[in-house]
Amino acid sequence: METTKIGTDFKSEEYFINMGPQHPATHGVLRLLLTIDGEIIKKVEPDLGYIHRSIEKMCERDSYQQIVHLTDRMDYLSSHINNEAVCLTVEKALELEVTDRIKVIRTIIGELTRIASHCLWWGVMGMDVGALTTYFYGFRDREMINDIFEETCGARLTMNYNVPGGLMFDIHPNFVKRVKDFVAHFKTKIPEYDRLLTGNIIFQKRTKGVGILTKEDAISFGASGPVGRASGYSCDVRKHHPYSALDKVSFNEALLTEGDTFARYQVRIQEMWESLSIIEQLIDNIPEGDFRVPTNAVIKLPKGEFYQKVETARGELGVYIISTGTKNPYRMKFRSPGFSNLSLLNHIAVGGKIGDLVAIMATLDLVIPDIDR
Amino acid sequence: MTNESLQSLISSWITELEFSEEGSQYLTITVDKDNFYDLMVQLKANSETQFDYLFCLTGVDWGEELGVVYHLESTSLRHSVVVKVKTSDREDPKLDSVWDIWRTAEFHEREVYDFFGITFSNHPNLKRIFLTDEWDGYPLRKDYVDEINMVIK
Repeated sequence: METTKIGTDFKSEEYFINMGPQHPATHGVLRLLLTIDGEIIKKVEPDLGYIHRSIEKMCERDSYQQIVHLTDRMDYLSSHINNEAVCLTVEKALELEVTDRIKVIRTIIGELTRIASHCLWWGVMGMDVGALTTYFYGFRDREMINDIFEETCGARLTMNYNVPGGLMFDIHPNFVKRVKDFVAHFKTKIPEYDRLLTGNIIFQKRTKGVGILTKEDAISFGASGPVGRASGYSCDVRKHHPYSALDKVSFNEALLTEGDTFARYQVRIQEMWESLSIIEQLIDNIPEGDFRVPTNAVIKLPKGEFYQKVETARGELGVYIISTGTKNPYRMKFRSPGFSNLSLLNHIAVGGKIGDLVAIMATLDLVIPDIDR
Repeated sequence: MTNESLQSLISSWITELEFSEEGSQYLTITVDKDNFYDLMVQLKANSETQFDYLFCLTGVDWGEELGVVYHLESTSLRHSVVVKVKTSDREDPKLDSVWDIWRTAEFHEREVYDFFGITFSNHPNLKRIFLTDEWDGYPLRKDYVDEINMVIK
């Protein structure tokens, strides 16, 4: 067993403890095997697989419409964007052009998802470093977005709103008004987030200079999303490989160079502003048109290989389909952002303290089902 | 760099390479496993290619052969390429590890080992990553059978 093997590796004064799989700071069933010397971390080894469902194997059995439903069980906080990724890949393979209305709605929904995910992250980030109040503030604002989603597609977590060829339903008549209300509301709330947590001296001492990731390491470890961008690595898929309506909007890629925990925190706060700006540019001009382009009831992709990347709230999600021309994929791979971001945890946490590890993990923003798939 | 100039440059390093653009949005290079590691080192190190970002590493069971597909991108030059390497030895498939070129490969190769049983030589910590150590077989292989846990239509 694992424990005995590590036990034989003991050096003087070093010992080994388990963190998780039921630890409040791991946000799910992640188990970390820590080798520590006093409170200094010598080695972090993640032990994965507690909720592995083998989604990739299930995909080989399912039709493309069914696969969409599996993807929001991966990164459940970005479920709209995960769904969109599969739909975009299937549409690319079928060479199916969707209407502008679909593209704009997908983009608005995607950015709302990103804000909702970052709200939750901000809440638990504060909680992890000892500021419990933030949790309630973050959830208060995320709740408004969840209400909009519930009215639009009937679900609050596993959305399944995107389908190959478009959207499952048209937007609700209240959608535009409610989104505008939310944007106006949230613009007054991000400064509140800053006053409450960003400027807090204890918070800054816990995060500044902690867990520094250089740009070279970020690229080598395949970091993406806010983790990569905090290290000065321009990796926003929305900028470099725009999809849906993202080529029609202007926004800034949140880039910082410090690479520490505080920089990763600031990048996400900036991203909330950018997402609000993207939504504002699109919400008044949702084009008329169909919300769904007809496809065959049984979708068969042509023979070949198809790859599509999208930017979820956590980073770059890649969908890779190898098709032999049948109604099921021959091989389906999800390149999940969390898996690559977790792989650099040992690299940046070694030498720090256990408390630093908690802060680092909070800014890696791990969602365990995304890693385990 | 365009796909044509990439192809002419890369084929000047190693002669026995197979290039294809059919049925894929990327230029695909198929390489045999003896030349594989040298090719990958060059792809990263050469100043005209600079493939420094390994964004996807996928194990595939092609039936007769097992293999791995590497998706590479250059973050400075913004071009992409796909490298495929295969082995026909299903009993003891062995490939070279690229973890010392791209650190992200360390976890991804463990995933491929876990689900396809491909061993990567020179990998620092090659053991199962998701499944338990006593798990029998490699679930993502096409000939994997598990009558209890798998629902087959």
